[in-house]
Amino acid sequence: MLFKKTALTLLAVSALAIAVEARDQVKIVGSSTVYPFSSSVAEELGATTSFPTPVVESTGSGGGMKLFCAGNGMNTPDITNASRRMKAKEFIMCEKNGVNDITEAVIGFDGIAFAQAKSNKAFSVTKEQLLLAVAAEVPSRDGHILVKNPYKKWSDIDPTLPNREIIIYGPPKSSGTRDAFEDMILKAQTKKMPVYTDLYKKDKKKYKAYKKYKKIRTDGIYVPSGENDNLIVAKLNKNPASFGIFGYSFLIENDDKVQGTKVNGVSPTPETISNGKYPISRSLFFYIKNSHAKEVKAMNDYVKLFMSEDMIGSEGILGEIGLIALPTKEQTDIRKSVSKRKKLTLESLKKH
Amino acid sequence: MAKTKKNIFYDPSLSKRHFKDKIFKYATVASLAISLIFLVIFLSDMIIKGSSAIKQSYIQVEVSYSQKAQKSYRKAVERKYVNLISRAELRQVPMQMKNNASLMGTKELKWLIADDQVDMYMKGYYYKLKSKDLKTLEAMVANGRIEQKFNTVFFTHGDSKSPEFAGILSAMIGTIFTILVAMAVAFPLGVATAIYLEEFSKESWWSEFLEVNINNLAAIPSILFGLLGLAIFINLFGLPRSSALVGGLTLALMTLPIIVVSSRAALRSVPSTIRQAGYGLGLTKVQVVKDHVLPLAFPGIMTGTILGLAQAMGETAPLIIVGMIAFIPDSPTTIMDAATVMPAQIFTWAGMPERAYIEKTAAGILTLLTILISLNAFAIYLRKRFEVKW
Repeated sequence: MLFKKTALTLLAVSALAIAVEARDQVKIVGSSTVYPFSSSVAEELGATTSFPTPVVESTGSGGGMKLFCAGNGMNTPDITNASRRMKAKEFIMCEKNGVNDITEAVIGFDGIAFAQAKSNKAFSVTKEQLLLAVAAEVPSRDGHILVKNPYKKWSDIDPTLPNREIIIYGPPKSSGTRDAFEDMILKAQTKKMPVYTDLYKKDKKKYKAYKKYKKIRTDGIYVPSGENDNLIVAKLNKNPASFGIFGYSFLIENDDKVQGTKVNGVSPTPETISNGKYPISRSLFFYIKNSHAKEVKAMNDYVKLFMSEDMIGSEGILGEIGLIALPTKEQTDIRKSVSKRKKLTLESLKKH
Repeated sequence: MAKTKKNIFYDPSLSKRHFKDKIFKYATVASLAISLIFLVIFLSDMIIKGSSAIKQSYIQVEVSYSQKAQKSYRKAVERKYVNLISRAELRQVPMQMKNNASLMGTKELKWLIADDQVDMYMKGYYYKLKSKDLKTLEAMVANGRIEQKFNTVFFTHGDSKSPEFAGILSAMIGTIFTILVAMAVAFPLGVATAIYLEEFSKESWWSEFLEVNINNLAAIPSILFGLLGLAIFINLFGLPRSSALVGGLTLALMTLPIIVVSSRAALRSVPSTIRQAGYGLGLTKVQVVKDHVLPLAFPGIMTGTILGLAQAMGETAPLIIVGMIAFIPDSPTTIMDAATVMPAQIFTWAGMPERAYIEKTAAGILTLLTILISLNAFAIYLRKRFEVKW
């Protein structure tokens, strides 16, 4: 027993000694949406160079920022992926911990599909109808007050829509896709609708939630369905009345089972997402911790490979797994700013 | 015997009791049947989905090692074949040329791993191929230039974003490392704790307190151990995130109470006459425990330990927290390297959009189940082999 304990102590001590040494393996954390793209690039780097394959961890955008901004130590990640821009709050947290040389890279777009089973007739909604279908509280018939969402059928929302039960399988609260959906379908519209904003103006404290209202109904019509989008795809076929909300890559991969719905008259395709006509899409990012570049040699190669035409270009490898490329001009611009390692500033984050 | 009042053994409630007896028996049989049905459904589903992963499509093409291929690996084969071949194969071409300069300018007819869509086509699943590629493919099938071979890739490679190149090896090695660390820590600590509590400690409020706490610890949700591991091993000790060391230590915390509880039960089952005989012969406590009680309790201790570790092997939740659910295709070589484990690999595959991962997921589950069943069988063997009957 004594021998074993000594061995253990030795093990722990040697472990500590190794831990502080430099490493040549890039460590990447962040968004689960960017994860497949990021790990594809990582694999390519590992296979085509002598560097070890970078470790890519899927922690969610927010979780990634927390780890990334924890400091400059070598046990913090070098790069974090995000399915949204870094928040000003997060930038300040980064600065407070000494992480003040960050470069932002945009890799492309991700569409969010509002889809149904293939066997159904084609369907088309507007953003507003979608809002009325999923919000917890909606304007009453005369439009003066907010009431608990009474809509059970699509035809209740608008008589031109089919007489079909509303049932929507979507991502749960922890998901970045859910955040994006809430922002683009709920927040973006309710902040322009006086019936929501007036409440906030009346009593800022009491009606704080109504400033940018984005609450999704919890009466069983919107069904949060776990992080695995494959499950949502499977459910759409079990219940043909239902709709699902999930990432665009799952739509193209399952196009024998599900079909996208037109939103504001536009179907989700690479073109419509790239030119911004399809309304539910978002940009994908990653952030580089430049202070690590000296010690983690593979980092620059990883970034260069990721930003290359072969990867994020319109004919790139990542396009095959669902990344929508940036328009050509934006691609050149972002490539330039990334290769110069343009420093991210608080002002530029606040602008949008 | 007649059911009459003259019969002194006649009990009027007898038939009722027998009826209840039957109901009880059938209820137990029914519950067994229900659990068996679930097991059969699950297993057959996995086997149906996973069996196709045994084979993998290979495609015969001419690889030309040229200047062009060195620059862009897509040029290493004829244009019309590019989409049919796994990218994982083609991208190795420039490296192969770099490592072996004599290849330059040569051509070679080779069997390469086919793209996952080709594999899906060959296995009769839903596939997505452009009509031009499909035509080329059909011609190749007719010429026998496509073949399904045993899927060695699955057992000799790590994870990949190209489903046809994805394997379970790195996760398997990660699991072995993690479990070894967990065993090296939890087994001696657990057994020593059990020996202290069972053989040395006196009945007191303190030992009662310890006992309640250990039993409590065995019932804590495993994700909390992950948080503990993150706080202590990563944040406090600065051990590397996603390493087998941290994962193993975390799982050791989790299995420790199970080992303690089962080891205590095993020690307690050794009759006290053995100890008394030892003391009667003038042995010291250490001699009694080490030479007599422990060997007799050993099969029980081993069974408990193996079951605890088998449980740890299938654990994912605490490992998410310490960063082991990640894309790690390279097999770890030391316990300090980033590693992933088999259940984590299965979890990652299950969430991938590509259809080809469905069979990989099922095959991964079957592999994990096979290992767990062999571990449990080993535990049963140990018990039977060394069991002493009193």
